[in-house]
Amino acid sequence: MNKKSLTAKLTASPYMVWSAIFIVVPLIFVLVYSLTDSQGNFTLDYVLDIGKYKDVMLNSIWLGFIATVISLVIAYPLAYIMARTTANVQRTMMILVMLPMWMNLLIRTYSMMIIMQDTGIINTVLSNIGLPKIHMINTEAAVVLGMVYNYIPYMILPLYSIMSKMDHNLIEAAEDLGANKFTVLKNVILPLSLPGIASGFTMVFVPSVSTFYISKKLGGNTFSLIGDVIEMQFKSANNYNLGAALSLVLMVLIIICMMVMNRFTGDDDDGGVLI
Amino acid sequence: MKTKMTPLSKLYVALIMIFLYAPIVVMIVFSFNSTASTSVIGGFSLRWYKSLLHDEGTMQALANTLILAVSSSLFATVMGTAAAVGINTFRNKRVKQLTMGVTNIPMMNPEIVTGISMMLLFVFCANLIGKSDALGFGTMLIAHITFNLPYVILSVLPKLRQLDKYLPEAAMDLGCTPVQAFFKVILPSISTGIFSGLMMSFTLSLDDFVISYFTQGPSFETLPIRIFSMTKKRVTPDMYALSTLIFIAILVLLVLINVAQAKGDKKMNNKLNKGGKK
Repeated sequence: MNKKSLTAKLTASPYMVWSAIFIVVPLIFVLVYSLTDSQGNFTLDYVLDIGKYKDVMLNSIWLGFIATVISLVIAYPLAYIMARTTANVQRTMMILVMLPMWMNLLIRTYSMMIIMQDTGIINTVLSNIGLPKIHMINTEAAVVLGMVYNYIPYMILPLYSIMSKMDHNLIEAAEDLGANKFTVLKNVILPLSLPGIASGFTMVFVPSVSTFYISKKLGGNTFSLIGDVIEMQFKSANNYNLGAALSLVLMVLIIICMMVMNRFTGDDDDGGVLI
Repeated sequence: MKTKMTPLSKLYVALIMIFLYAPIVVMIVFSFNSTASTSVIGGFSLRWYKSLLHDEGTMQALANTLILAVSSSLFATVMGTAAAVGINTFRNKRVKQLTMGVTNIPMMNPEIVTGISMMLLFVFCANLIGKSDALGFGTMLIAHITFNLPYVILSVLPKLRQLDKYLPEAAMDLGCTPVQAFFKVILPSISTGIFSGLMMSFTLSLDDFVISYFTQGPSFETLPIRIFSMTKKRVTPDMYALSTLIFIAILVLLVLINVAQAKGDKKMNNKLNKGGKK
């Protein structure tokens, strides 16, 4: 190799040093903290303590999973409609889908709380027209709704991006060859959109499982998710070691879920598309 | 192929849009409310917009957020672009895979894990040098640069791959120094990637709450952090006023960008059509 490509290589070195210090080393810290006690002695206590939080973990994964599936079911037809409409409508709809993502998540979630409260907008309307009130806030359903609301754009965008690139002739060919609508969906559209499903799934599932803000606001203090427990260890209980151990488990669980997911969607080298 | 929507799909789209926009509409409506209540509408007033201007804490937080977003996105764009240029020349497959693997970590990891991992590092270092108030602008800047870097690298790398690798060589054969070749040949052809990386970093940094929350100190408050501490008790409607203003600003920006793009497409189409007629 000659000199000039060596210089080109060297331009990456600040980043490599940076990522080693601020990406890799912090993760090693998580590992070290979860395997030591507050005095810095080796212990497995915190990792073994995880058993106590088994229900919280499973519940977080379950709620995150439901939110992701609901997002997928709602977003899929929308992405399909978007991809098949005229260019101008596509552009407008892209703006409409992306715009809420630019609004602060905290404000939007707080707004949802105002809508769903017992004295909130929905219930005020209901009682004004003489219907009984519905208790919505501080339930698991409210938290799932909050997750769907906040993260559904991350499902719509990758689905739309893959469907707009789909070769429409394939669908027409299938129809010409006698396939009905359901068969076309099952055998042509769905397999072609799998990478989009996979990346949308990841982009909704990961933040849903690890959220702590949505569950705090819409779930009240009736139950907590794994994110809430981790946040508490670092911000109020000051038990960094337990917090680190829980984060480690969360990370491992998410990696396992993603591996299972990739098995279903057929692993491709690109690892899906990014938006 | 490209068709108009059927009434059923129109209804479907409308329902989803209502779902997506209901909380935002609520926020906008209450920002014009004459009382501080969030369940009764008293009448139209601009009092929250006025009180926003006099709310020094919020204005300071807004300024802090902008300072942090501008500095972290610029820093990440320069370092990330340089990194992408370097990574693109890597021939060793293992080194390349390892680098890209590390680059993907902040994007794949839950934000809360990225946040606490950095917090552990910062707190550890602060204890080493015996400074208890080390968390603040510096640590937040480092954290924001770190989570912005992958987005810059991943938007610049594809542009570099598309680039004809003989172009810079040709430039150097014609007498350019490598530095000149970079600024005159490579940089113009990857500029769209750099720009989208910059924009993405800026908006991510502007809106980040989780990672900021774990790496912040009391000396430097950003807008999301301020909103968070407010939502613990009650959010005052002037926060709605600010969010409404931000919403309108973003809406105008997006529409302008799209009109420009649509015009560009039209020109392109016209050119193609003319070419076809010849």
